[in-house]
Amino acid sequence: MALARAPLRGLTQISRRFYSGAPSPAAKLNLPIDYKSTPILHHTPSSLSEISEFPAAATSKRLNFFQAINSALRTALSTSDKVLLFGEDVAFGGVFRCSMDLQSEFGSDRVFNTPLTEQGIAGFAIGAAAEGMKPVAEIQFADYVFPAFDQIVNEAAKFRYREGGTGINAGGLVIRMPCGAVGHGALYHSQSPESLFAHIPGLRVVIPRSPSQAKGLLLSSIFDHNDPVIFMEPKILYRAAVEHVPNEYYTIPLSKAEVIKPGKDITIISYGQPLYLCSAAISAIEKTMKGVNVELIDLRTIYPWDRQAVLESVRKTGRAIVVHESMINYGVGAEVASTIQEGAFLRLEAPVKRVAGWSTHTGLSYEQFILPDVARIYDAIKQTLEY
Amino acid sequence: MSIPSTRTLPLKLLAQNPGLLRRVAPVGTRWSSSISQRPGSDSVRFPGAVNSKFTTQMSFLKASDLPAIPTYRVMDSDGEMVDKTRPPTDVTDEEVLTWYRNMLTVSIMDVVMFEAQRQGRLSFYMVSAGEEGITVGSAAALTPDDVVFAQYREAGVFQQRGFTLKNFMDQLFANYNDTGKGRNMPVHYGQNYPRMHTISSPLATQIPQAAGAAYALKLQDLQNPTRAPRIVACYFGEGAASEGDFHAALNIAATRSCPVVFICRNNGYAISTPTLEQYRGDGIASRGVGYGIDTIRVDGNDVFAVHEAMKEARRVALDGGRPVLIEAMSYRVSHHSTSDDSFAYRARVEVEDWKRRDNPIIRLRKWLENQGLWNEDLERETRDELRKAVLKEFGEAERGKKPPLREAFADVYEDITEEAQEQMKELKRILETYPDEYDLRPYQDGVKGLD
Repeated sequence: MALARAPLRGLTQISRRFYSGAPSPAAKLNLPIDYKSTPILHHTPSSLSEISEFPAAATSKRLNFFQAINSALRTALSTSDKVLLFGEDVAFGGVFRCSMDLQSEFGSDRVFNTPLTEQGIAGFAIGAAAEGMKPVAEIQFADYVFPAFDQIVNEAAKFRYREGGTGINAGGLVIRMPCGAVGHGALYHSQSPESLFAHIPGLRVVIPRSPSQAKGLLLSSIFDHNDPVIFMEPKILYRAAVEHVPNEYYTIPLSKAEVIKPGKDITIISYGQPLYLCSAAISAIEKTMKGVNVELIDLRTIYPWDRQAVLESVRKTGRAIVVHESMINYGVGAEVASTIQEGAFLRLEAPVKRVAGWSTHTGLSYEQFILPDVARIYDAIKQTLEY
Repeated sequence: MSIPSTRTLPLKLLAQNPGLLRRVAPVGTRWSSSISQRPGSDSVRFPGAVNSKFTTQMSFLKASDLPAIPTYRVMDSDGEMVDKTRPPTDVTDEEVLTWYRNMLTVSIMDVVMFEAQRQGRLSFYMVSAGEEGITVGSAAALTPDDVVFAQYREAGVFQQRGFTLKNFMDQLFANYNDTGKGRNMPVHYGQNYPRMHTISSPLATQIPQAAGAAYALKLQDLQNPTRAPRIVACYFGEGAASEGDFHAALNIAATRSCPVVFICRNNGYAISTPTLEQYRGDGIASRGVGYGIDTIRVDGNDVFAVHEAMKEARRVALDGGRPVLIEAMSYRVSHHSTSDDSFAYRARVEVEDWKRRDNPIIRLRKWLENQGLWNEDLERETRDELRKAVLKEFGEAERGKKPPLREAFADVYEDITEEAQEQMKELKRILETYPDEYDLRPYQDGVKGLD
């Protein structure tokens, strides 16, 4: 499009700019994640069959994260007439393409746009759930969920408790939202507010790490649990993470962590996108520190969480690090670390370390310095092992 | 004296200090004596509806039966005054030429920056194509002391109120001259004076803030009668008007009589969502009437109509202090942002039709040409000059270093906390232990920027 280029005539071309600092040319640790080779993803169908949670003898297809969400939503909508899907800009496929083609397949009664009101979307979903539907509501960005906070915290979370003997509840409700940093989202397109929701009993908070996990966890959230679920999708993975995903209906249990790499010397507990950073740091440390063997656990559900899986691992390894993207202060790491301290104190060889976002906002130019990276995780593993 | 209403008092406060009940007693009496049902009256005098006539006719009001609120326009799409008998405008030719130049500046900057984003030179951009008349025309009716809360498509307001091309580019490239200290996404401009609060991405949050700010200005101006009274101008889109904050804002501004002018840019789309799925009823203007607010709908492609409406709204807002709502109609001829491809949800031909049919810049140009104030040569020379000015500031701003790393931690609180100071030390240790892993060259003062 030569015409469109015209306005910039007279300016020298520069190479693609990184808005939060470029990767250092000499970097060995802080390299862009190679999603094509990371062991976190199922690059071949054969590795799927090794996981007991996936359907046996399943056929599979390579999907990215948004396609896996789309596949889960399509499966859910065709499994039950009670499933509804709505939110801002959902009808044309959603700003992240998760609801693509679903309105034309399932009709505008069940898949539809809402006005631009998060509190309205959440309240509407709670009401529909209370009357027996299975609403899947989309909040366009986790950063914009806060007008809905009252509905989620005071209504969805407390619905069953308040109703008591009537037995009425808001189960079947799932509120999906893209979360996390992408490198240029700044203050309002980067947040991961999971710890705010995890503080509230009555809500299940789920963050999947990959396309195949996302499909199973989302179907489980819709069909296997009668509790409201906050389903947070790391948006950086929508296009980047591609792997084999079973075509069939399957569920992955909530509140159950997964050991995604067994090890004996130290346990790293994380969830969502930082698992890829952990995996890169682990492969670096296992190369530089011969004989070291790191265990990596994906919490998958942030709350109610799989305490026993974490304690069992730390009782074995004696060392633990918690990694998450959102701020360290009063974050998920604080809860996990104190649970380890209470439940495995005598087995600990070093203090439980937290690698997380600093206690500030996600300033555009500073994202790479504020959020955890491979070097910081590498350093934390080294320090904890050498303590 | 009747028992006072306690519903406005927090129960906890009351429990701690029962004397509060006595002190607030007069407040509780405000309903009891003045409003009551007189025997034989033909109208209701309930506290919540004081002039409602009784009727035996059961009829539900239907929004569709009411006539649509008319749209105020002064100039037609050929740049001719609709009413040839009235003076075209109460502004000087020089002022109108400045408006035109400002509209053109924003429009040229939009084309350059949209393409620059496509080339990966900045992370994001939003144009305001088709809405330059609304922003420039309304801002032209403000005084420098007035305060603006905007959404994110109001570059014309910034341009009209003295934000320079250098200011725009420093913000867009998040360099060390950016008043936002490199923290915000592009187009989140801000300026202390004339005051335009830094743009916040969440929608509609600025609208109740504008009411509160207007109340503050009103009290300050009452306390200091020597200073010229000020208003707040608050901009937002029709999509934002679906948020609870919009409704809260109009209601509280009406009840507290705040001198604020709400300007809704109704451009037909909230990302992909057309107005038909955004609201029912007669636009955003009908909401204003519902909240008891003086309201007008204007043709947003007519910069004269927008300016006149804003000027009168400002007068009304200061006339004892009360809010006004302006709904300015336009069509979003652009994509929502550089992250959006609007042809995924609307036909290209629809957009082309709108572009051809009407446009605030072309309409004003026709008027200027009709007056003999403008011609093809001036147009070409001005466009060329503005484009060169944009590119010059673009180049300088793009080369500018990013602010020092300490700005990542500063301004969260007035002072950096002890915890954050320790985090800065830890970050510095990491940067020094793993120097190969970080490229600090783009940042002012490198690793020392954390000291």
